[in-house]
Amino acid sequence: MALTDATPLRSRPSIWAQLARSTSVLIGGFLVVTMLVMGLLAPMLGTRDPAEINPSVRNKTPGYEATIRDDEGKKIPVAYRFGTDSLGRDVYSRVIYGARVSLAVGLTVSVISIAIGLLIGLVAGYVRWLDGIIMRFMDGLMAIPAILLAIGLVSVFRAGLFAVIAAIVVPEVPRVVRLVRSIVLSIREEPYVESAITVGTPTPTLVVRHVLPNTIAPLIVQGTFICAAAILIEAILSFLGIGIPPEIPTWGNIMAEGRTYFRIFPHNILYPGAFLALTVLGVNMLGDGLRDVLDPKMERRF
Amino acid sequence: MAQYLLKRIAAAIPVMLIVAVVVFLMLRLTPADPAAIIAGDFANDQQIAEIRQKLGLDQPMVTQFARWIGNMGKGDFGESFFYKKKVADLIIERMEPTLALSLLTIVLTVLIAVPLGTLAAYKQGGWIDRIVMGFSVLGFSIPVFVVGYLLIYVFAIRLDWFPVQGYQYISQGIGGWLLRLILPALTLSIVFVALIARMTRTSVLEVLHEDYIRTARAKGQSELKVLVRHALANAAVPILTVIGLTFATLIGGVVVTESVYTLPGLGLLTVDAVLARDYPTIQAVILLFSLAYVLVNLAVDVAYTLFDPRIRY
Repeated sequence: MALTDATPLRSRPSIWAQLARSTSVLIGGFLVVTMLVMGLLAPMLGTRDPAEINPSVRNKTPGYEATIRDDEGKKIPVAYRFGTDSLGRDVYSRVIYGARVSLAVGLTVSVISIAIGLLIGLVAGYVRWLDGIIMRFMDGLMAIPAILLAIGLVSVFRAGLFAVIAAIVVPEVPRVVRLVRSIVLSIREEPYVESAITVGTPTPTLVVRHVLPNTIAPLIVQGTFICAAAILIEAILSFLGIGIPPEIPTWGNIMAEGRTYFRIFPHNILYPGAFLALTVLGVNMLGDGLRDVLDPKMERRF
Repeated sequence: MAQYLLKRIAAAIPVMLIVAVVVFLMLRLTPADPAAIIAGDFANDQQIAEIRQKLGLDQPMVTQFARWIGNMGKGDFGESFFYKKKVADLIIERMEPTLALSLLTIVLTVLIAVPLGTLAAYKQGGWIDRIVMGFSVLGFSIPVFVVGYLLIYVFAIRLDWFPVQGYQYISQGIGGWLLRLILPALTLSIVFVALIARMTRTSVLEVLHEDYIRTARAKGQSELKVLVRHALANAAVPILTVIGLTFATLIGGVVVTESVYTLPGLGLLTVDAVLARDYPTIQAVILLFSLAYVLVNLAVDVAYTLFDPRIRY
């Protein structure tokens, strides 16, 4: 834009325009959308049943081709692009289907954590006598390293998808509570909110009209980072053998299965590992870009 | 200073107490009977009743909690059901690999990240800077165990420079000990190098524009001295904060790294304890790691005052 521009008071470009210009958002968004589409279209991507066990093609290296008999006894040629695991399951199909579980866990955990955290955060910000109790409790929860808290919770629940989701939600909630509470406290000081209080706006209306709109941008950003953390923790739990039951194909489970023969057949770990890393990278980059545009003051969380 | 220290310690006590409550409740709030969980799948009713009585589970919650805390104060963390040993002894046995791995990781991280971040800030926009900035998102996203297996694949299997897995105690020779720890420590460092190099860069950049840096240069001090004595020393506080904050990530990373490299430390103990549903051990390890996290952050807070005399409380 030239300095001699006749309209110096140009309005800022719209949020969408800013997002479309951010490299992080574009690359991150591309990676996430690709994984999402891949997971959704898994049955159409030349995959086989990810749970199908075939003893005749155990531990094959990527690119192996075989002729196997289907249920009717017909011979069909199969190419194992990513090789097979020690039970003869097709790693390519398992990796593609694995995207579903990872992304579902990431999304579910961020939505649930934000819903619970928003509610508790609003209570902490508005009910003075509860604030101290809630925040001390949240401090205590945050003093337990997230992975350990999740491991501890998983050990108590019955193993399964919902146990894993719950175990990841608990460590994430305090971070949302803190964020929401700090927003509530700072919004309350704003002149327009003070005037609204003075004219007697009831608290529920105040929350819906003035507080909630201000939480949207930071919560979207926080939600993205929670999603990345959840995908990572789910993979770690499954990899350690204490997460989602092993028959469900998740990236962590595929890697856990591949541990025994890693020295000879590294593909069982390297392929799902690469997809996992790319997904987390995509979500994190998306979060970084969103933060820069929506909420520039926010710090990166750890 | 002494007063501040006391205040800070006093503030850490309620946090630890709440951690203890959470860890305590974790086992009690399950729909299942904790005595039945502890007794295992093959116990009969009489055994379960015995365990219930032995652990005082028939008493009110508050009494149970007080007794649990009191016992831990005396160093009694209960008995491991799986290892049939005192949990306290078990933890001491498993301490060495974990401490060695964590310390080596921190040393390695600081040695790599601080110079890298400083150089990136010094030549802002240069190639080191671009690598540091690009790497920081990447390092944060690659899961520790993926890095671990990649390094094992390249350096242990392909190049055969290091043993693949396992641990050697320091008493059996320092050379072998270090040789087996380098890959795990490097694995774990990657995440933190990314974070701390980025943080170092930001804080050094901020400081580099200060007047006293110009003064130092004006009086003819060498660039190295300007960077180390003036810039880095003043940028130390935010760098320390990140080390404190990321300590929780480090602990999580230790658990995973020990599993990848089969180092018989507290992390591997935790995973084995979860698989065996060995609750006293799980509780003790979680408490211990959380205590370490709280103490490290306490130490970081105290260190502020040493690095930056302007901060007074």
